[in-house]
Amino acid sequence: MTSSRRHLEPLKEWLIERFIWLCGVSAIFFVFAIFVFVFREGAEYFFNGFKAGEFFSSIEWYPTSRTHVRYGALALITGTFSVSFLSMFIAVPFGLGAAVFISEFCPPRLKEGLKIVIELLAAIPSVVWGFIGLTIMNSLIVQLFNAPLGLNMLNGAIILALMSVPIIVSIGEDALKAVPDSYREAALALGCTRWQMVFRVLLPAARNGLLAAVLLGIGRAVGETMAVLMATGHSIRIPRGVLEPVRTLTATIAAELGEAPVHSEHYQVLFIIGILLFTITFVINITADLIVRGIGKK
Amino acid sequence: MFEATDQTRRKQRQEKAIQYLLTAMTTIIVLPLLLIIFYLLYKAAPILSLEFLFENPIHGMRAGGIWAPLLGTIYLVLISLLIATPVGIFAAIYLNEYSRESWMTRVINLAVVNLAGVPSIVHALFGLGAFVLFAGIGRSILAASLTLAIMTLPVIIASTKESLAAVPHSFREACWNVGATRWQTIRHVVLPNSISGILTGVILQVSRAAGETAPVMFTGAVFFKAIQTGDPFAYGLLDQCMALSMHLFTISTQVPDVPEALTYGTAVVLLGVVLLFNALAIFLRVKLRGKKKW
Amino acid sequence: MVDQPVKIEVRDLHLFYRQHEALKGISFTIFPNEIFGIIGPAQSGKTSLLRAINRTLEFTPGTRYSGSITVDGQEVGKVRNVYELRRKIGMVAPLPVGLPMTIYDNVAFAPRMGGMRQKGEIDATVEQCLRQAALWDEVKDRLHTLGTNLSGGQQQRLTIARALSHQPEILCLDEFSIAIDPVSTMRIEEVLKTLRQQMTIILVTNLVQQARRLADRTMFLFEGKIIEVDRSEVIFSNKPAQQKTYDYVNGIFG
Repeated sequence: MTSSRRHLEPLKEWLIERFIWLCGVSAIFFVFAIFVFVFREGAEYFFNGFKAGEFFSSIEWYPTSRTHVRYGALALITGTFSVSFLSMFIAVPFGLGAAVFISEFCPPRLKEGLKIVIELLAAIPSVVWGFIGLTIMNSLIVQLFNAPLGLNMLNGAIILALMSVPIIVSIGEDALKAVPDSYREAALALGCTRWQMVFRVLLPAARNGLLAAVLLGIGRAVGETMAVLMATGHSIRIPRGVLEPVRTLTATIAAELGEAPVHSEHYQVLFIIGILLFTITFVINITADLIVRGIGKK
Repeated sequence: MFEATDQTRRKQRQEKAIQYLLTAMTTIIVLPLLLIIFYLLYKAAPILSLEFLFENPIHGMRAGGIWAPLLGTIYLVLISLLIATPVGIFAAIYLNEYSRESWMTRVINLAVVNLAGVPSIVHALFGLGAFVLFAGIGRSILAASLTLAIMTLPVIIASTKESLAAVPHSFREACWNVGATRWQTIRHVVLPNSISGILTGVILQVSRAAGETAPVMFTGAVFFKAIQTGDPFAYGLLDQCMALSMHLFTISTQVPDVPEALTYGTAVVLLGVVLLFNALAIFLRVKLRGKKKW
Repeated sequence: MVDQPVKIEVRDLHLFYRQHEALKGISFTIFPNEIFGIIGPAQSGKTSLLRAINRTLEFTPGTRYSGSITVDGQEVGKVRNVYELRRKIGMVAPLPVGLPMTIYDNVAFAPRMGGMRQKGEIDATVEQCLRQAALWDEVKDRLHTLGTNLSGGQQQRLTIARALSHQPEILCLDEFSIAIDPVSTMRIEEVLKTLRQQMTIILVTNLVQQARRLADRTMFLFEGKIIEVDRSEVIFSNKPAQQKTYDYVNGIFG
């Protein structure tokens, strides 16, 4: 290297470091940008005329009415949470059970294969899940429950459960793997059966990670769009039973955005729903992170 | 003295029961994947053929093939890949090679997790607001690809970070000791030995991008677009396109009287592409594990 | 002694790992072309000292120091090009490291980073450095096999060859023999004796006998403080200046 190039060495390195730093913080920039640009599209109506009270308490969602436009989103909010929680009801026991199985009871050769299957399950696109809900699950529910319609809360919940299980299994398994072997050995030495060891020692010890796994599963369920759009039906009202069709917040945006004229009131309200969804998943993610950090402090 | 007591026998039975229960639970989760694949294949069988892939949809999408959506998906995937990969790799390099334990690093990691957790419809709204409208690109492959790129960034970051971290620290120290700069060390030693992990991330990104519907639905993908079959350059960057994922949605919910085999066939192709890529990533991961240079 | 040229001078160095003070105000001098030994039990701060001199200490988070370290009269913290400083100093770490590339590429790495392009030139450099490190005969027929496949002793000599490839004026060895066999250790000690004519050598070791064999002057570092620094004949004699030195050298503690 010539001496002039030698002088430039630290400068070149500094420039490269700046560029890499820029890429590093880009994630922050993008999250911020998502919030800003989504809020921007709904901001005007949000500050002039948006009735938050009606939005959160009324089930009357008539955005395209010619005479009396109403944006009551309560039914949609209920739709989102009812499907999500029902799906968690199914997914959490199965997911945690499978995580425990893979982590503690599974023969090693089977383990790798199982994990691959779970990974593939996680890879299935949401529109394909929606299609499955529309076709297979639909007829299954109609046959099994003699329901008039197979596109309902239960359909959506089962599909969402199958979609969320992989997250719960993989993060849950990580949480269990993180518990030191000494815990297991101590419990077994005291005469516990394997199951008692799991139930009384491992699960409490991995509590934080398992909780985070469940939270992230909820986040996935709440944010899911295409699958619920295709599987839960089109009825906007508070469901009285699991066999009733519902509509979620996500599905509403997807279904109505194409029809709403750009920058109209309806359009802006849909963006406001977007902000609501962003906030919900943001809070869930931060909470899950804080809970996981709780382990680090032990 | 060591005969099994009643209590011990009960414990053992309990243990067995729980083991069966857990096995059952795991099987219930795993079985659907196999059943679904078989059922879809069975229903799609009548229509699966090479013509299906290379012909355009005709008769209002009630017949024909999926060439236009397939090509559109390829465009979207390739372009989003080209955008997301460099940014993702460098972001991972920053996180693993340069950043110190600080609140800033924690915020970045939080941001990456959040980016991965944002609902796909919100990504669609973002793409619409930022690229289609604000940046004025309009509904186009470019806008949709940008949206997909940001959405799939966390996949590349996570995979790359993991493979960078697997390179032993002693290699870096040995390079610094002979006067190599941090970047020289990364470029000549760390990165080349992380290729497998990076490749895995790229493959996963591709599979994710191919399967997404909502983010492309409002930023560049359309209901129908007529293009020349067999022409790989049929789409332009600022054109709108059809997409396989959206096509499945369209023909199963928006168009009446579509023959069953056609919808199942589209689902099979989409699922097949995605699972194939994921299987490839898994295969690579396992195969390259044995090929390490240290 | 005042007008003798000085290669490295350390004055009142305090070195901290977060809150812990690893070096507590040490001062000493190293002269050109001598083998300077540093002995002392583990955790005395010996490794941190070396890493402070070639400024790789700053890659470990939470480290800082006060005081002065000068190489050829230049304060190391204030050099214009830190990479040049590191090229001036060769460093051999305790655990042998072969970079994940061929043996040839291992030794060619630093010259190539420095801009060397001519294959003939690189070939010559690689051979010279491997010969100087007493490794050439063992690897000359397999230069294009992986460096990581060598034995520990061979990898340490490979590290020395790597260090020599950027023509250092100072060679630092940090407990180079703890992870390798005695035969390799002996061979490397022979190498060091030949190298001292071309460069200054700092030998950190916990093997008292090794320092006795090789070092011209030796410094006894204990818990971050210099107990004694003097000619080796004095340090290893029956009457060093400090009782502690005698005790350590003779294995009474440490």
